[in-house]
Amino acid sequence: MSQIIIPVVVLGIMALAFGVILAYASKALEVKVDERVPQVRSALPGANCGGCGYPGCDALAAAIVSGEAPVNACPVGGANVAAAVAKIMGEETSASVKLAAMVLCQGDCEKAPQRAEYYGVADCRQALNANGGTKGCRFGCLGYGTCVAACNFDALKMGPNGLPIVDRDKCTACNACVKACPKGVMQLVPYDHDIRVNCQNTLPGKFVRQDCSIGCIACMRCQKVCPTGAVTVRNNLASIDYANCIQCGLCVDVCPTHCLTGQKVEGSLEKWEKDHPEYERPETKPKAPAKKPVAAAAAK
Amino acid sequence: MHYLLLLISGIFVHNFILSRFLGICPFLGVSKQISTSVGMGAAVTFVMAMASAITYVVQYSILVPLHLEYLQTITFILVIATLVQLVEMVIKKMSPTLYDALGVFLPLITTNCAVLGVALLNVQYGYNFLESVVFGIAGALGFMLAIVLFAGIREQLELSPIPKALDGFPIALITAGLMSIAFLGFSGML
Repeated sequence: MSQIIIPVVVLGIMALAFGVILAYASKALEVKVDERVPQVRSALPGANCGGCGYPGCDALAAAIVSGEAPVNACPVGGANVAAAVAKIMGEETSASVKLAAMVLCQGDCEKAPQRAEYYGVADCRQALNANGGTKGCRFGCLGYGTCVAACNFDALKMGPNGLPIVDRDKCTACNACVKACPKGVMQLVPYDHDIRVNCQNTLPGKFVRQDCSIGCIACMRCQKVCPTGAVTVRNNLASIDYANCIQCGLCVDVCPTHCLTGQKVEGSLEKWEKDHPEYERPETKPKAPAKKPVAAAAAK
Repeated sequence: MHYLLLLISGIFVHNFILSRFLGICPFLGVSKQISTSVGMGAAVTFVMAMASAITYVVQYSILVPLHLEYLQTITFILVIATLVQLVEMVIKKMSPTLYDALGVFLPLITTNCAVLGVALLNVQYGYNFLESVVFGIAGALGFMLAIVLFAGIREQLELSPIPKALDGFPIALITAGLMSIAFLGFSGML
């Protein structure tokens, strides 16, 4: 019996002695850490995904407390976390814009024909090395699912037509797919914003039409119809300034190739018109460009 | 003379990293910059010297009289873990920069086999107290020498045109192997 008890007691006493020494040392050598750092750290999601640009949640917590990063710097946590962090920091927060990934290409197997066959590793970056991928369009989604593999939150899956599909409710905007995509097709778009330009092709419309039936041909109609000047066509490609867009859906209606898609927010245009009495709504088929100084100034 | 030989043997001939292959983890992990590797070397030196002394006392005044030699490993790890915690607190207090640079490798000294190795080898070779401490310091200085030399080489490697397939850890491992071969040249001395 003593064969068991003696070792246990000896080890126990030694551990206790060392524990006392350490406890004393931790008091004597205490470093004053800002007590808000651990508090902020516990308010953050703790996924260490790096979506904020810092190595992990610990680093972000330290950066927030030191004032280097804003309280709403965590894109994954969204408004709840931002509010919790702001409370700890004693700040008012403006709700951070919740983002979600979006596949900005609609060129599936039918709409954007292939120009070659590829039998290599099923990885977009590998396929890109093999003479720029197989799709006729040099800008579109390659469709080998590198973004799907990069997603840690099960928010991406490969659709039946060779394009990834985002589950926007699962997406945490951690940016992993955006970094993984060699074509820049994956982009973070505000979560509540549905209207977007589903194309990356910067070639003139003539060449876009050869490669894809649903690409942006830079016809400028969206830019002309946009009441707020949020849609601009630059470098043969329409783009939307999400901060200015009121989601009236006029651009979606006029887009001839259906490259612009999305659900419009009902009543948003009427509300905007109330604040801007000088605005004249264009006809459904816009014969003349809308009298918009902003749009006119932004035209090339 | 005896202690001098012990020192030279520990630093060069039986270098802990390059000829005993102990403590490889921090050797590869904290050897990107000379400054941090010096810090790591200093931390390991302190822990190894203290561990040699304390484990000697623990071994011959607690374990041997009570015939508990089989508890060697676990008690030594207990001693080392305590020391590492102590070092961590000291470094955090003294130099937050070094603390950040060492990062996870500082608590990992706990499981650094060089430290446990020196404690166990002291017992195995039957060294007395002074010999144990000298051997511990020698081993630690050898560790420091190896890691600082390696960091110097790696700083140069960063600037060299290295084939992409070998960039980073592959070339570091090859370098470590070549350094090990070089240190084996000392083996005929003692």
